Amino acid sequence: MNGPRDLILSAHHIVAGYTDENILHSVSLEVPTGAIVAVIGPNGSGKSTLLKAIYGLVPPRGGDVIFWDWEGTPHNLVGLRPHVITRLGVNMVPQLSNIFPELSVRENLEIGADVASGRFADRLERVLHTFPALKPALAKRAATLSGGQRQMLGIARALIAGPQLLILDEPSAGLAPAVVDEVFARVQAINAEGVSILMVEQKARQCLALSDYGYVLDMGLNRIEGTGQELLSDQEVIATYLGRRGRLDLAALKRR
Amino acid sequence: MMAEPILSIAGVSKRFGGVVAVNEASFDVAPGSITGLIGPNGAGKTTMFNLISGFLRPERGVIHFDGWRCDGRPPHALASVGLVRTFQIPRVLTRMTVLENMMLAGMDQPGEQLGAALYQPRHLARREREIRDQARELLEVIRLSRLANDYAGTLSGGQRKLLEFGRILMTEPRMILLDEPMAGVAPALALQLLDHIIALRAIRGTTILVIEHDMEAVMAISDRIIVMDEGSVIAEGLPEEIQRNERVIEAYLGTHAQAPVPAATAEP
Repeated sequence: MNGPRDLILSAHHIVAGYTDENILHSVSLEVPTGAIVAVIGPNGSGKSTLLKAIYGLVPPRGGDVIFWDWEGTPHNLVGLRPHVITRLGVNMVPQLSNIFPELSVRENLEIGADVASGRFADRLERVLHTFPALKPALAKRAATLSGGQRQMLGIARALIAGPQLLILDEPSAGLAPAVVDEVFARVQAINAEGVSILMVEQKARQCLALSDYGYVLDMGLNRIEGTGQELLSDQEVIATYLGRRGRLDLAALKRR
Repeated sequence: MMAEPILSIAGVSKRFGGVVAVNEASFDVAPGSITGLIGPNGAGKTTMFNLISGFLRPERGVIHFDGWRCDGRPPHALASVGLVRTFQIPRVLTRMTVLENMMLAGMDQPGEQLGAALYQPRHLARREREIRDQARELLEVIRLSRLANDYAGTLSGGQRKLLEFGRILMTEPRMILLDEPMAGVAPALALQLLDHIIALRAIRGTTILVIEHDMEAVMAISDRIIVMDEGSVIAEGLPEEIQRNERVIEAYLGTHAQAPVPAATAEP
């Protein structure tokens, strides 16, 4: 397959779910190289499942996920295990359990760098440049970090593997507002260094404000898409959260 | 603003360790109404249900059901005055048949005493027949008749929700708390479930308080909506008011970033 050079990831008609239930019925998205792409949508719309399907944590039951590595070689990620996907240049920060609490900050970063080539010291220096707050905490047990520091460590741990595409599942979850701003600022800084970002967020408005492009999912399907700015002013986006239409034949309901 | 409320929540708080799950929440529910309780994940809705139905005791505040102070009373005490709840995951007895599940709910009625069994066996036999007839009738209504003799454990998630609903109908409550009745229910069954909820209020005048994430459904069936966020009640009003309420929109979509985009003109 010969992909367009300006894309780093292209997912087509992804179907995925758990046991006998599909959560994603057919979702497609594209991440242009160097972009920040947001995936938003109400509870249960399939956002997290989409990220897990792309990263191989939930095997897709249908569709393709094409990733173009730094040489422009396309890889279909469907069927690959997460550690293989990480080696190709895609890394993910899950929403929960994204660090080893009993290990030190430094050990967490060492594990993160395991798949990467090159000297650890060099990689560490680069990551600490992005997350200076981790530097004085290197010897601390990760469990002793604050929620915000933990999230930073989770992202740093994924970043130290040297991904071309970083996937973030709700990086702001459970964080105080000031810390949320800080996390988003780090995401922008990482992106400014050339890493493409695919991010799921509950804080839809803040996330869209810094995203080049966004997708709104609903009921496991693509619902709306557009630039971050377009989606921010789209009343349909609000309707998706506070009264989506079309799933139920409500006219029939009222007649009874 | 409304008739004497059937349920009144005043300044109720509950914390778990350091986490404030419900914070000084107050709201009223009018008798015979369908009231939707919504809010993002972690807003405190289910904790509120647990407080109302007696599964948790509030640290602060007062709850009245029909003028009776009921906070801290156990669930069975509330059930005996006609306040019952469902769970997000239906609690049916999987190793009994569908019909037996229904009948057992009916036997739980106040008045089904051991004394009656000992001293009036005939009465008991008659009562059991009545309950069986009532159960069959209601199974017809909720369209589970053809599964009456199947074990409840073999039902789908949606069918279990219907059965749980049927069990509640057997007890003829005055008020029911429904915790996410639509979750995991296929669209065809979902419409049927909504229909039953509306019919229950229309025919028996039962008051209904419903937690629901399916906005389309909850906005369609509710007379009023109460919105919680981070433990507090942040808004209440008619569904169409709630859909336009900027505080509610913020709870679901977050605040605008530092440089806010000009808000699009509100439209109905």
